[in-house]
Amino acid sequence: MITLRINGEDRSVDAPGDMPLLWVLRDLIGLTGTKFGCGIAQCGACTVHLDGKPVRSCVLPVSAVGNRSITTIEGIGATPAGAQVQKAWLELEVVQCGYCQSGQIMSATALLNAKPQPSDDDINAAMAGNICRCGTYVRIRDAIKRASGAKA
Amino acid sequence: MTRSTAAEPADPARRTVLKAGAAAGGALLVGFYLPVGQGAQRQAPAGAQAKRFEPNAFIRIDRQGVVTLVMPQVEMGQGIYTAIAMILAEELDAAFDRVVLEAAPPNDKLYGNPTFGIQVTGNSNSVRAFWLPLRKAGASARTMLVEAAAKVWNTNPAACKAEQGEVIHTASGKKLSYGALVDRASALTPPKDPPLKAVSDFKLVGQPMKRVDTPDKVNGKLQYSIDVMPPGVKFATLAICPEFGGQVGSVDDTKAKTLPGVRQVVVLDDLVAVVGDHMWAAKQGLAALKIRWTSGPHATVDSNEVWKQLRAASEQEGAVAKSVGDAARGLSQGERFDADYELPFLAHATMEPLNCTVHVRPDSCEVWVGSQVLSRAHDIAAKVTGLPPEKVLIHNQLIGGGFGRRLEVDYVEKAVRIAQKVDGPVKVVWSREEDIQHDVYRPVYRDRLAATLSDGKIIGWRHRITGSSVIARWIPPAFQKGIDIDAVDSAIDVPYDIPNLQIEYVRNEPPGVPTGFWRGVGPNNNVFAIESFVDELAKKAGKDPVAFRHAMLNNTPRLKAALERAASKAGWGDPLPARNGGRTGRGVGVQGAFGSYIATVAEVEVDAAGEVHVHRIVSAVDTGIVVNPDTVIAQLQGGLIFGVTAALYGEITIDKGRVRQSNFHDYRMLRIDQTPVIEVHLVPSGEAPGGIGETGTTAGPPALRNAIFAATGVALRRLPIDRELLAGKKAAT
Repeated sequence: MITLRINGEDRSVDAPGDMPLLWVLRDLIGLTGTKFGCGIAQCGACTVHLDGKPVRSCVLPVSAVGNRSITTIEGIGATPAGAQVQKAWLELEVVQCGYCQSGQIMSATALLNAKPQPSDDDINAAMAGNICRCGTYVRIRDAIKRASGAKA
Repeated sequence: MTRSTAAEPADPARRTVLKAGAAAGGALLVGFYLPVGQGAQRQAPAGAQAKRFEPNAFIRIDRQGVVTLVMPQVEMGQGIYTAIAMILAEELDAAFDRVVLEAAPPNDKLYGNPTFGIQVTGNSNSVRAFWLPLRKAGASARTMLVEAAAKVWNTNPAACKAEQGEVIHTASGKKLSYGALVDRASALTPPKDPPLKAVSDFKLVGQPMKRVDTPDKVNGKLQYSIDVMPPGVKFATLAICPEFGGQVGSVDDTKAKTLPGVRQVVVLDDLVAVVGDHMWAAKQGLAALKIRWTSGPHATVDSNEVWKQLRAASEQEGAVAKSVGDAARGLSQGERFDADYELPFLAHATMEPLNCTVHVRPDSCEVWVGSQVLSRAHDIAAKVTGLPPEKVLIHNQLIGGGFGRRLEVDYVEKAVRIAQKVDGPVKVVWSREEDIQHDVYRPVYRDRLAATLSDGKIIGWRHRITGSSVIARWIPPAFQKGIDIDAVDSAIDVPYDIPNLQIEYVRNEPPGVPTGFWRGVGPNNNVFAIESFVDELAKKAGKDPVAFRHAMLNNTPRLKAALERAASKAGWGDPLPARNGGRTGRGVGVQGAFGSYIATVAEVEVDAAGEVHVHRIVSAVDTGIVVNPDTVIAQLQGGLIFGVTAALYGEITIDKGRVRQSNFHDYRMLRIDQTPVIEVHLVPSGEAPGGIGETGTTAGPPALRNAIFAATGVALRRLPIDRELLAGKKAAT
């Protein structure tokens, strides 16, 4: 059994050590907000936080998590930056199909935690790993600025 | 069944609750509630549905006044649930913040798309096709409720008005809620021609309403079909024969079966699936199989052969889809120009990989899926299982990207066949690699264009389109006289004033490669070819690309106005800012397609390596009456990016009967760091609503291509862009 701290709660799971965190979250724990998109860390749909840092859970073996605290889209709204990002996302109506948006929001929240007033270049660097097929990038950029308190 | 809703929505101004489960008819039930009072979740009390007012297939009102609106179209990000609810609530005068939305069950008769006769969400026609039927449904119900109230008050219906879910006696101010009128209204006969509101009286339609589906998409609560977890569900992933038309020869599953969590290996004619306790076990199990595939008839097919066959076919005369004046005569006068344009195969690559969950029991079958064609998904499950249709229960889910891929039911059919071998429910999830390599691809097209110029205007025009007919496979009765009505869409109604023209179509099916609808459908190809060619003609004529087009749009005034607006907003003719020493240019494209008229200007920079950087896109669109303006703008922003993505990167190639690309590293997507500034301007219009989901996708590539032409002088004749050509490393062929 492996014990994981997820969104502030300890969860014990019976998972092989090489099982990516993505499938542990989705299939064993039932936290399906974290999405499968590519399986090779190319699209960012599976982004979660380990101690606040964004990681691609589709390629992260659960054994590598260690004592670090996991935050998923289901828990990010309980953090100040996460709540701001979600609010900005709705105010600017960023979302279309929504499938990639869990990952987008996790990446954006990590960015704002690291850089509360990100420049356009900061946004490019932090968000270029997250693909959106609906093409919501224009609004994602504006919403990050809105959440940062800048005018967008 | 109501899922728990622990956390407060991030935006306290909106309170959205999504209820997924087996509602009547197996529909997904989406209830959305905007705040009135303190936001207690409104639930219809048990028994409340015993007696209800149900004047048509789209509206139900119970005695508590809960208004349920049934959604005939599926939500896949395009905002259609919000738009349909707005149209119905507008004419019904329902309180929009309290309506409950419910997905329609499979039923072509009640919910078939008026354009196709079956349940289809596609071709940008949800609002176009349902605009009048939904308004009539709402107006009919409102008329009956007003009449019922007038009877209570012994007065004339004209003395009453409806507002926010109540009927009001205008003179006295007396009110009756819709819920209180359920019994009386039910006794009335629906009017044949209910009076529709004047556009000027609209209160909801035309307002930028917040979308009803988005709050649960920012907190991980929304359940897509990939998230469905029926009790006891097992997880499967599959390998389809990598060669088109090939089959499974033999499978050695010795090692796979020893892996922890692997439960079963399912071997079918054309695919192998591994079933496990979770996706990781299924994936590991699949990777451990030793599969020998048997080649089919397409084992040697490659892209060269596909193009060779297509080009040969394009030499033939085609079936004439449209003829005006005398094209042969027109083409023999003045100076003649010829050019051929080609577009590649494309995959859809929806962010939600294909998946379908199925539980086959001896006497029934239950399916959870995201489908753009619900009744077809239902039918295929019944066909595969041999069960009567009423024994197949299907739950359609909100969709994580359709773009035409989910107009097919191959993934439902495969999941049902796998589930027939599995005891209990099984969720079949395709890897991204399977999703890319077993798509139903946007066809390759070749467009041969010829035109003559006289006095700076086009006087003769021939456009021959050669490509696969998706229509002939997908809806055979619509394929008539050798013409694919989708493949010639936007070509037969070329927007320019051309006195002599002929439009031809040659059907050519690529060997072994399945083809299907892809966002932008036929106009994607035709608008690219026409607008690229017109730009080249403008250059031959020595004219400015905007002025050249503008002078030939007198018979398409809506497009002419959109062009004026786009050119003005884009600063057409103003000097472009210098960028990193790259070659810069501005290009324009216009299109009338999907009932919308759009003009687009793109600004690009082409660097020495031939890489194209798109800096700005400005579009102006007349899409008729706009239901939800913010959604229209969002669809155009996203659609432009979808089109530009394909123009910059999109190509599926074939080698030895197999697709070469497999994931996002070699089937690239535009990312935020390459995304241009996008400005969308709506041209006010009182015309019937146009379609908007595909409009931007079709509009982006020609404007981009023409900007590259302006920047470099290189006339690209195929997509995706050829960087070597733009770098001057090779000559155009």
